[in-house]
Amino acid sequence: MSLWIWLLGALAAIAALAWIGLWAARRLSGNAPRYRDMSYGVAFGYALALAAVAAGVWLWMKPGAVYFRWAVMGFAVCAVAAFLFRLAGRHLGPERLKRQFRKMPLTAAFGILVILIYAFVAIFAAWIAPHGQEAVLGAANVVPGGDPAMGGDPAFPLGTDRIGRDILSRLIYGAQNTVGLAFATTLLAFFLGGSLGLLAAVVGGWLDQVLSRGVDVLMAIPSLIFALLLLTIASVWADGARGLLTFYMVLIIAVIDSTRVFRLARSVGIGIVVMDYVEAAKLRGEGMGHLVFREILPNAMAPLLAEFGLRFCFVFLTIASLSFLGVGIQPPLADWGTMVRDLAQFINFAAFAPMVALAPLLPALAIAILTVGVNFVVDWMLHRASGLKS
Amino acid sequence: MRNRTAATRIPGHRGEHGNLGSVIRIVLQRLALGLVTLLIVSAVIFGAVNLLPGDFAQAVLGQSATPEAVAAIRTQLGLDQPLPVRYAQWLWDAARGDLGVSFAQANFASFTGRVDPSATVLAQIGPRFANTMFLAGVTAAIAVPLAVGLGILAALWRDTAFDKGANIATLSSISSPEFFVAYILILLFAVVNPVLPSLSNIFPGMSFGERLEKTLLPALTLTLVVTAHMMRMTRAAILNLMAQPYIEMARLKGMRPLRVIWRHALPNALAPIVNVVALNLAYLVTGVVVVEVVFVYPGIGQLFVDSVKLRDIPVVQACCLIFAAAYILLNLTADILSIISNPRLRHPK
Repeated sequence: MSLWIWLLGALAAIAALAWIGLWAARRLSGNAPRYRDMSYGVAFGYALALAAVAAGVWLWMKPGAVYFRWAVMGFAVCAVAAFLFRLAGRHLGPERLKRQFRKMPLTAAFGILVILIYAFVAIFAAWIAPHGQEAVLGAANVVPGGDPAMGGDPAFPLGTDRIGRDILSRLIYGAQNTVGLAFATTLLAFFLGGSLGLLAAVVGGWLDQVLSRGVDVLMAIPSLIFALLLLTIASVWADGARGLLTFYMVLIIAVIDSTRVFRLARSVGIGIVVMDYVEAAKLRGEGMGHLVFREILPNAMAPLLAEFGLRFCFVFLTIASLSFLGVGIQPPLADWGTMVRDLAQFINFAAFAPMVALAPLLPALAIAILTVGVNFVVDWMLHRASGLKS
Repeated sequence: MRNRTAATRIPGHRGEHGNLGSVIRIVLQRLALGLVTLLIVSAVIFGAVNLLPGDFAQAVLGQSATPEAVAAIRTQLGLDQPLPVRYAQWLWDAARGDLGVSFAQANFASFTGRVDPSATVLAQIGPRFANTMFLAGVTAAIAVPLAVGLGILAALWRDTAFDKGANIATLSSISSPEFFVAYILILLFAVVNPVLPSLSNIFPGMSFGERLEKTLLPALTLTLVVTAHMMRMTRAAILNLMAQPYIEMARLKGMRPLRVIWRHALPNALAPIVNVVALNLAYLVTGVVVVEVVFVYPGIGQLFVDSVKLRDIPVVQACCLIFAAAYILLNLTADILSIISNPRLRHPK
């Protein structure tokens, strides 16, 4: 209850601050237009921002707020890295690339940097990782941080899990497994949904009707729920073969997600089919393959590419969620969702040793950063393509 | 003042005669369409489960069962009937509230005799369904006003620091997996500053206040995820309208920005916003599963995941049906509300 009283009091104080500030600014500036025309709402916004900054500084000074300091430092490091990356892009490389970087917002630069780093780590995981992903090493439950006084070990900078596997190595291999599988699934979904959608657009008639109504039905079931239902059945089919179950999961998610791609590809395709150059190609007597892949696909590429980014995020989060629930990517493979679930109980020790709580948060953070990065890039691409300024 | 805004809120509500009939007709049409969709979805769910090798009887008794026992249970459950007959039977039973018997809970000896009443799927789902509805209700009560308010502010102050900050914050929140948000909240509000419980052990007979306290952390997690979606969509809906000539007219005649939004933009944006709200509540249906598992919240989502792991097929089937029904219902509501509030959709060209 006292929390609410504090909150209401703070709000009242901010409201009063805004009113006094606005009045004072009008007085001191001799009623300058900037302050004369400022509405109370805007002044309140400034007061709120001021209060937020003050609260931030207070939190930073507070000795107990380790996580807040880490979060602020992490944010600053990300911003600086993105800025340097954009700076490098503006001055290095060929002219065409430089021009791209010149108008790029910082968020998009951050996204591209993240994607590049993840791709690098995923491809070269076997060389980067200090240990194997399945290797059970000496000590279990080594605390992250590498400080022997706290129960850490310099050989395992991020500690080890319950059965003594190196968390850093598993994080690195997780990039390969989780991101790689999500990428393969998205590719499969695009191949399925894209080709069927464009085909439905070109052929039309009963084929279009059958495919579209089928997709409507599949889309009426929430995707995570449907995936869980199908995975139950797949797990009976696979009957304990873990690798097979992972393969079924990829297939199931690809099929479920291809419905969304189908919708987009069909609607984009229908807009292109009526163009004159497609008509001309038809009159030339070109075959179906030529029509779909040479005439329509190149012109549908831009919206499909943006959709690819969004779909990838979605598939990636679905796979991570399923793995977190214990029915996705199966154990011997290192995977971020499973790691979060396995390490989750470490979070209860955060009050005594802040480092320990990092173990479950790092894989979750790895998932979040990649999806945020991809989303930033897609956001920028859509913004650029639509030419919207507001 | 309030009267006039109420009148503009449903554009064209006054002075149009004979409209009510067409609205009812369209609503009935949509309802029928929703029912058909649900019927087909139930067929898909039933068909998917019947893809299983072997059948329920085999799954109940395991690999080592004698053929006689399997045959006995097959007759008992009516599995020797042809597929369409079984589907009709299942659907008829489900419509009357009989969702079958849970494999995991059933005392298998009772298969030959009476069914234990606590082993029915309905007995398991019933209280959990109420819990999940409570969680969704608390979430909606926090998230909807927050998201619409923030969305309007972001549209009002577009391209300011607030808008850009909100853009980054919402994008990050949408992109984070639910369990990440959940663990961050647990870390902050249950471990480092222990103000809220991190486990939602809800049981019957709790007072409302206690229940609310236990539900608050999962509800906040869902709020963070859903608010971001809702806010972005609200902002987009209002910005779309702000480009309209009548908004420019209102602004040129010297109206204050907040009033322009309140009097002119919001009434017309109501249809898209209501649509957005309903769609996001439908999204909650999926989000609830992961969040319930993190907080060990005794809801239907957790039951669903547990049943998936136990391969308890009647429960999986029933949960799937309930989730799909809720999803379809919410989408249907969004559809109908937008038709009611937008006269242009009532007269398709």
